[in-house]
Amino acid sequence: MLRNTHRHFKFDWITIILFLLLAGFGWINIISASHVGEEINYFDFSQSYGKQLIFIFLTFILIILLLAIDAKFYERFSSVIYIISMLSLMGLFLFGKNVNGATSWYGIGGMTIQPSEFAKTATALAVAKFVSDLNTNIKNFKDQIQVFIIILIPAVLVLLQNDTGSTIVYGAFFFVLYREGLPKYYLNIGISLIVISILSLKFGGLVTSIVAALLILGYYLLIKRKSNVFLLILIFLISAGISFGIKFFYNALLQPHQKDRISLWLRLEKDPDKLEQMKKTFAYNLNESEKAISSGGFTGRGFMEGTRTTGKFVPEQHTDYIFSTVGEEWGFLGSSMVIIVFVLLLLRILHLAEIQKSQFSRIYGYSVASIIFVHFFINIGMVMGLIPTIGIPLPLFSYGGSGLWAFTILIFIFIKLDSNRINEW
Amino acid sequence: MRQFLLYIVIVLAGLLFISRLFYLQIYNPNSNNLFEDNAIRKVYDYPKRGFVFDRNGQLLVSNQPSYDVMVIPREVKPLDTLEFCSLLKIDKQAFKDKFEKAYSYSPRLPSVFIPQLSKADYAVLQEKMRKFEGFYIQKRSLRHYQTTIGANVLGSISEVTPGDIAKDPYYKRGDLKGKEGVEASYEDILRGVKGIKFIQKDRFNRNIGPYKDGIYDTIPEQGKDITITIDADLQAYGELLMENKRGGVIALEPSSGEILAMIAAPTFDPNLLVGRERTKNYYKLSIDTIAKPLFNRSIQGVYEPGSPFKLMNALIALQEGVITPQEIVTCSGGYRYGGRIMGCHCAYGTRNNMVGGIMHSCNAYFATAYRKILDKNGNASDGINKWSAHAKSFGLGNFLNNDLHVGQKGRIPDRDYYKHVYPNTFYSTYTISNAIGQGEVATTPIQLANMVAAIANRGYYYTPHIIKKIEGQDIPENFTTPKHTTIDKANFEPVIEGMLQVYKQGTASALQVKDIEICGKTGTVENFIKIDSVRTQLTDHSIFVAFAPKDNPKIALAVFVENGYWGSRFAGRVASLLIEKHIKGTITRTDLEDWLLKHTLEPEYAKPYSGEAFGINRNAVVEEVSPEEYKALKKQLAKLNNKNINAPKHAQTF
Ligand SMILES: [Zn+2]
Repeated sequence: MLRNTHRHFKFDWITIILFLLLAGFGWINIISASHVGEEINYFDFSQSYGKQLIFIFLTFILIILLLAIDAKFYERFSSVIYIISMLSLMGLFLFGKNVNGATSWYGIGGMTIQPSEFAKTATALAVAKFVSDLNTNIKNFKDQIQVFIIILIPAVLVLLQNDTGSTIVYGAFFFVLYREGLPKYYLNIGISLIVISILSLKFGGLVTSIVAALLILGYYLLIKRKSNVFLLILIFLISAGISFGIKFFYNALLQPHQKDRISLWLRLEKDPDKLEQMKKTFAYNLNESEKAISSGGFTGRGFMEGTRTTGKFVPEQHTDYIFSTVGEEWGFLGSSMVIIVFVLLLLRILHLAEIQKSQFSRIYGYSVASIIFVHFFINIGMVMGLIPTIGIPLPLFSYGGSGLWAFTILIFIFIKLDSNRINEW
Repeated sequence: MRQFLLYIVIVLAGLLFISRLFYLQIYNPNSNNLFEDNAIRKVYDYPKRGFVFDRNGQLLVSNQPSYDVMVIPREVKPLDTLEFCSLLKIDKQAFKDKFEKAYSYSPRLPSVFIPQLSKADYAVLQEKMRKFEGFYIQKRSLRHYQTTIGANVLGSISEVTPGDIAKDPYYKRGDLKGKEGVEASYEDILRGVKGIKFIQKDRFNRNIGPYKDGIYDTIPEQGKDITITIDADLQAYGELLMENKRGGVIALEPSSGEILAMIAAPTFDPNLLVGRERTKNYYKLSIDTIAKPLFNRSIQGVYEPGSPFKLMNALIALQEGVITPQEIVTCSGGYRYGGRIMGCHCAYGTRNNMVGGIMHSCNAYFATAYRKILDKNGNASDGINKWSAHAKSFGLGNFLNNDLHVGQKGRIPDRDYYKHVYPNTFYSTYTISNAIGQGEVATTPIQLANMVAAIANRGYYYTPHIIKKIEGQDIPENFTTPKHTTIDKANFEPVIEGMLQVYKQGTASALQVKDIEICGKTGTVENFIKIDSVRTQLTDHSIFVAFAPKDNPKIALAVFVENGYWGSRFAGRVASLLIEKHIKGTITRTDLEDWLLKHTLEPEYAKPYSGEAFGINRNAVVEEVSPEEYKALKKQLAKLNNKNINAPKHAQTF
């Protein structure tokens, strides 16, 4: 009896409270962003905020279910879950419903479900399972290839469904693998690639090559005289090759709308007419969302008082641009609080992951933190104009059942795994 | 180390986001001000602008509706351009041009397509407007002048400039504001306060509903009516007399400081500055830099006052005790000082006491008096400061602090003024021209009229003002408080006696009006202009000041007629007639009236610009107007006389 009660309260309540804070405050902002007119009936289920209330209610049932299932289940059935999830992604090619150019939804009755949201959890389980396997050594090239395949399958599937944002989220697993011992050069190559791409798009191949040459030379002269000169030369040649080749990749492989977003972000476009055109189309959202955030000032305009929110100036405000509502109505104070709560949640999950005894639990927990972080970073970064426009939701905040449930599942599986750790003590 | 990568990245991302929020929301925030919020539409409700009545309750200015055709380019649907153009009386090209202009201003916001339709056009168009989507008719209120006189008094309203908006944020683009005259000086009272409605917009610029249920909305506060001190009949009569002349006339009521008439010649019909033609007409008036119809000579014209200023010197001399009324000054046909001579038209050996000095306008008399004032304590520097202070106590040499929109300080010099000309020694003879109102003394007609009012009141004046009544509030206390001069009451009597004799037997004896004891003073002032950078003398200005009756004065006035030669010729006639008109209501001296209507100074004004040599003063002949014009003026006069009899005293229209 004692053991039983004990057991129920061994869940990590800090994580749960942070989760509830975000979901609750998210709903409040969805009300502002989606209500029409002066009358508010919170239980009007034809309205977005009413629907979201149902989603939140169903989330509690989901949580109870997730916590009731035995912790061992998730590890044991991770492969099955992964395979089912991949099949559901592939099924979209046959039965998928096209919404806004992406074939990412199943229509069931009046509802739509987005399997790619759940695929992240499945992939996290699969990666945790594979890497924690006693036969797997992540420093081993063959094993690296295998884990990459596990990650790339869903990533490519969602890319083919035109959901670029979700593809990028799979980059989150880099943090997981690196933590588990992926060789350092992956990190170096990754960072170098990003820096070289941005530099050469902004300043051209020549400037970038010269910068690369100077850095390598500096490294050789100041830090490691004994390094392999031929290797350094090879690195330089590759960097220069990428510097000049990135333009080709940019022009040939990216779609026009993606190029526009990058060129706006890097301020490459100089033609005022084209810029004006951009401001009226895709940059319109960004422009309006920045204005909305900016008009919040220090304390914000208050709940349902934001004129830009009330006037629906920011398209998609209750989904991807929900943070602009926080900005306008809750100001610097409220917005900073949201960021702090997110950071605390992420750090808490990371901390819990690190103290897991089971490697599976640790890797899974790490995956949870990484995935939420990438969503958080890309979404808020985009809404505030820090990174190019990439459409992915803000976890727990953005309107939508699939997203809310997917993140609930992602987090509460970890809470269950974690409670098991406590119980084993 | 590997464990910490993600920790560090998360914390850095958090800090980056908070910095970005700081930049967007605190360092560089979008204004929270409703007026600058483009998500909120501001709809203004303009109140009725107050009416202007004259002192007898005659309506001078009211309002009239005006209709502008507006366009919201984005909302325009394909239309029958041909029909639309013919309704608007424009051609297809004009339609295209106007549309493009509106579009380039803003496709989403309304622009004026055709301003100020005539009532007839409006009636026709109104019926058919529904057919032309994106176009609509907006009603505005314009001024409606019920009279053709008093353009300089009434002023006009026009759209605010960016400067106006910067100075007072009450005004928004397209608002109307008083620009001259009482429209400008009583703008705050006449305009009222516009009401405002805040309406929440969506991103398609559509109205969603009142912002916050309209808690910030205000209802308009109606403009208040004002009654001005002007007697419209006197003003109209004065303007008619000043036809074909240039100059300024101010008539005051000494017992109150109320401005009975304020005439600037040439003038124009205030209706020219209303409606569609306003800009064009205003431009035409403003480029006439020779006649300067927009220049209000009665309050902006700075002239040497000439002989009327001798009255001032007489008063100061008495007050300072340097001369007695009986003291005789013998004129030798001029005044000799330091080897120079100031001429006088007295016969050699004329003996003048004060009354004689004023009556004959003897230069020698006033030169003597002036020097006695300055040299009283043997120090001309102290003397001139004392003299200056006395003159300034009559409101000369400074803005009168009145309620007129424009004005000039004029000039009453003191020792400091002369410091740079005569840094060391300073004698009374250096400034002897001030004795006869020439030299460095300069006044505007209103200042001189005020000086006369102070004489008429025997020692005090009320600040001249144009406001008589404001609906529901008192006029400023400044206008009902007497301002005392530094001259004792008793000292006025000899001067007034002199002024009376000017009419009885002096320079204005030909201008007497039966049964009215008028006190006056003529003035003749030399003046010069530069023609091709050569200083050239023109015919003297004709100046006249007067008040009447001698006891319990009802009117005090100053008349300046540019290049009218001598005081009683033009200015004196105008003064006598206005006095008679004001006191009796009818004119017995129709001979004076006739003479003024018949004579024009226009040829005189054209001379300097003719490029030919010309004579002045006695070598110039005053010309007559054409018989047709004379007939037209007589007709106007008849109309005025008629109106005076029939005019309802409290006309109400619109
Ligand atoms: Zn004399």
